[in-house]
Order: sequence, then C-alpha cells, then structure tokens
Amino acid sequence: MLELTIYGIVFGSIISIGAIGLSLVFGIIRFANFAHGDLMSTGAYIALFMVTWALAWIPDTNFGQLSFGWRMLIAFPVAMFVVACIAVALDRILYQKLRRKKSGPVIMAMSSLGAAFILRMLILIFWGADSLFYRPGILRPALQLPMGVKIRPDQILILVTVSALVILLHLFLQKTKLGKAMRATADNMELALVSGIDTERVIIMTWGIGGALAAAGGILYGIDVQLHPYMGWNFLIPLFAATILGTIGNIYGALVGGLVIGVAQQVSTAFLMPTYKPAVAFLLMILILLVRPKGIFGGKD
Amino acid sequence: MELGGIIAYLVSLAIMAGIYAVFALGLNIQWGYTGLFNIGIAGFFCIGAYTSAMITTPMPTGVYAQYVHQIFGLNLPFVFGLLGAALVCGIVAMLIGIPTLRLGEDYLAIATLGIAETFRLIFNNETWLANGPRGLMGLPQPLHHLAEPRHYNYIYLIIIVLTVVIIYLLIERAIRSPWGRVLRAIREDEVSASMSGKDIFNFKMQSLIFGAMVMGIGGALYAHYTKAISPSVFTPLYGTFIIWVMLMAGGSGNNKGAILGAYVIWTIWIGTTFLTDFLPYTLKARAPYIRFLIIGVLLEFILLYRPQGLLGEEKKVSKLIE
Repeated sequence: MLELTIYGIVFGSIISIGAIGLSLVFGIIRFANFAHGDLMSTGAYIALFMVTWALAWIPDTNFGQLSFGWRMLIAFPVAMFVVACIAVALDRILYQKLRRKKSGPVIMAMSSLGAAFILRMLILIFWGADSLFYRPGILRPALQLPMGVKIRPDQILILVTVSALVILLHLFLQKTKLGKAMRATADNMELALVSGIDTERVIIMTWGIGGALAAAGGILYGIDVQLHPYMGWNFLIPLFAATILGTIGNIYGALVGGLVIGVAQQVSTAFLMPTYKPAVAFLLMILILLVRPKGIFGGKD
Repeated sequence: MELGGIIAYLVSLAIMAGIYAVFALGLNIQWGYTGLFNIGIAGFFCIGAYTSAMITTPMPTGVYAQYVHQIFGLNLPFVFGLLGAALVCGIVAMLIGIPTLRLGEDYLAIATLGIAETFRLIFNNETWLANGPRGLMGLPQPLHHLAEPRHYNYIYLIIIVLTVVIIYLLIERAIRSPWGRVLRAIREDEVSASMSGKDIFNFKMQSLIFGAMVMGIGGALYAHYTKAISPSVFTPLYGTFIIWVMLMAGGSGNNKGAILGAYVIWTIWIGTTFLTDFLPYTLKARAPYIRFLIIGVLLEFILLYRPQGLLGEEKKVSKLIE
C-alpha cells in the first residue's frame, strides 16, 4: 500500500504538471482546453524524435542509474519549447480568431477538441499506433528503500523535475511583472484590461507556459511508463478532475489535485483492474462536482 | 464495378449516413436548440447498442453459454430493443445531468466525456456483462424473412429512413411548441429565461434526456445493422467527433441541416477511401488517420469561417410570425 501511494505520488506529479497548465489556461483564457492532453503526447513524441533521430549523433550513454543520458537532457527543454510554440500557434490560428469573432467558450472548447484530434492524427500518421519507448529493452533496476518499498531512480528524478518546475513557475508568478499580470488577468479579465495590462501578451505567455509544462509531463510519463498516441487523451479526465478538485485557475490547487487523483488512481489498483484508472478519476470528479463544485480552494457558493 | 454492385454500395452508404443522421438529430436537440455541450455521444451510442442487443437476443444456451456471457437476454422483437435503448440512455443522461447541469457548460462536456470512456472500459473489462472485448454477435435483423440476405439492406434502408423521418417530425413538433421556445431562450440567455420564471435546470434536463434517447435509438439501429458489436467500435472518433462535425457542417439548430450534414460528411468520409489508392505502400495502413485529419481540419474551417454550417439556423419557428 505504501509502495502504491509512492507510485501514486509519482504519477500524480505528472498529472499535476499537466493540470497546472490546464488550470492556467482555463483560468485566464476561460475555456476548457480539450487539446491539453494531446499537447502532452506531442511533447513526448517530439522528444522521441530527437532522442532517436535528431540527436542520434550523441553517444547513447546513461547517467548513472537513470535510463537516459545527454540526448534526453537536451531533448527535454527543446521539446518543451517546441510544444510551447505549438500551443501559441494554435492560439494564433484558431482561438484568437474565435475570440475576435466573440464565439463563446463552448465553440473554443470544440475547436480545441478538433485541435486535439488533429495533433493525435499527426502522431498516428508519423509514429503509428504501437506503444514506443525512449530506450527499448533497457533493464530498469529498482532501489530498495526501507519498509520494503522499491522505487526506480527515474521516478525520483520525475519528482525532482516536477518540484523544480513548480518552484520556477511559483517564482515567475510571484516575482516578475508578467507573472503578476497573469495572476491579475486570471482574477478579473476586465479589471486587468482597465489597469493597462496587455492581455494578449498575457495570453501568449499562458499558452507558452501551459504548452511547455504539458510537454514536460508527457516526456516524464514516457520515461516512467511508455509512449502511446492515446496517452494524452487518457490523461484528459485525470487532468480535468485535478483542475476541478483544486479549483479552476488555482495552480497550487491543481498541484494538490493532481497528487490526490494520482494517489487515488494507483491505490485503486489494489482493488480494481488497472485499466479502470481513468474511471476512478472520473468518479472522484463527479463526487467533487456533487459535494463541492468549486473545488477545495473555491470557497462556498 | 457493375451497376448492381454500385447500387448496393450506395445503399450501405445511405444506411450508415442515416444512422449517423439519428445521432446528429439527437445532438441537435441538446446542442443546436439548448446549447448543451455533450462530447460523450459515444457513451450513449454504446449503451443504446448494447441494450438493444441484449433485449433482442436470447440468453446463450448449451455450448454457446461457455463462450458468450451476457447479463440478460430477453429475445424480444426489434421494436422493444429500440424502446429499451432509448429508455436506458434517458436514465443515464439523467444521472449525468444531476451533478452537472447546474454548473457551467464545460462541466457537462467533461462529465459526458468521462461517462463515455467509463462505459467503454466497463464493457471491455466485465466479461459477465456483455462478453467483454469480444462483444456480442448474431444480433437479429427485423423483417429479415421478407428478403434474401443479399437484398436485405433495402429493407433496412426503409426502416432507417422511416425512423429518421419519425424522429425528425417529432423534434420539429417539439421545437415549434412553447417548450421548444423555452429551450432556445435558455440557449440564448439563461438569465433572462430564468427571470421569466422558467426552471432552467428542468428544461435542460428534459433536453438532455430527449437527445440521449434519440442517440440510444441510433445506437440500436447501428447494432442491428452490423449484427455484431464490441467495445472497440464506440471510440471518441467514430462515436462522438464525427457526429459533431456532421452537425456543425449541416447547421446546428436546424434539423434538416443535421440530416444533410450526416449525409455530406459520411459521403466525404467514405469518399476519402480513394486516398488509400494513391498512398505509398508504407502509408496505406495509416490512411484512416489521414482521413480523420482531413475531417478535423474541416471542423476547424467550419468553426472559423462558416459557424452557421451549410443551412444555418431557422430563425423563425413559430407559425404565428410570418
């Protein structure tokens, strides 16, 4: 059980990092971005492209006990940047035009659903429908921790990476001017506009951060488990569950929400078939909607 | 291909498009008239198909019972299958509506998406329920004794056309009633509708249930056409996404548009199979993805440049305004 909880925290930290981006977009641009999961897969596959092809000239060595080396270390930030650009490009091509036409949030959500399918079809066209690995056939030794808990070095690294990204984001939102502008826009779009905040710039930054974090989440999942074209789609329900649990627009809530959903999904495998993991997230979400629709940080309405 | 082959091909195309027209009509009640964002159509598709399948097939006996498991098998006529599918879908819709319809429109979308995925997981994993991933086979076809098996599709086409016409007339009737006008008022401005003393939650619930029941009938029609169903059929692509594209292409808020959209998009979808011939050998297996990519891009173009679809909404639905 303890082991499942720890795996849940690892898995949950990946959900968290996706949910933080989703929550930011939801809070600032104000629509449910159904393409967020597929941005995660896109990031994972771009990293795969770099590791297996673009960076193939770099010797394929591992860092100590980890399952990857220099290739992934370079591919990781590059994929984050590329997906950030893709997210901003989608906004310029689709959502910005819809915003100008004053199409409602539902039309934007539908457009994002279309974008999700387009991204997934591109992945399927280039890589096919099979599961892939960054390093096929590698032995992944587990470390023995006290109380009989086994954990892979990769999993520790995932926790470290997620923590670092969250701290960076926290500092950005609290200390920089643009970060403060983003929080203000999330709080009240009209008031932010009147105060002279360049909301278009805030929107670009939001997509950039959301896309970069999604890519990071996708790659970390790929390192931990495997790559699959539908991985992002399967993440969508846990992502939304975490976002709603942690109150839409609240990144700290999304962090907590992701961990809760991740632990709940992993621990449920002690009683249920592992394939039911998305259903567990879904049931939790319905429960939250019934009991506290504004999430844990939302206050009573 | 000889003429008979071409006609048979067109008939099968018309049947599938007709089944999709039923889904598009169901979605039109929810989205076109009430503004309910249901992206879990595949869930109702799945439940409708399985319900009708289990109502119309007998419980497996003898050797079959070892290989085929299903929770019940009533061996009733086709019509009961349709009605049962509608009933069960209506109940499921109500259960989804209770936690979500008081909240923003996004919540319904997320919840319907979740229910669709959950039902697919359940039918896949619980073998005792409906034979797990292998699904159910040998579903009965109505009036099959009237024609030879190779001509049966003509009869099924008539059944489909009749069903589409009946559902169309029913929805038109409902939409032109005071009830339908309240739905459109809610879609346009919830606050004003509420201030006129309309119970928003109840009206939304009725619309959600009505639409879901129509979708259930669509699922049943599909099941008895293909005679075999398995959970892998009810994917978000074939079960939800393409239906949205159909309604948006034809014109949401217009029942004729919903039917037209279903036929146009299904024809495009089938028409793009010729793409496969032009692809290099290595890409042939991936042709469906390229075809779906085209459908996805088409949706984005519609949303950006022709959000009203081909026909657009009928603005005047009252006989009193001319």
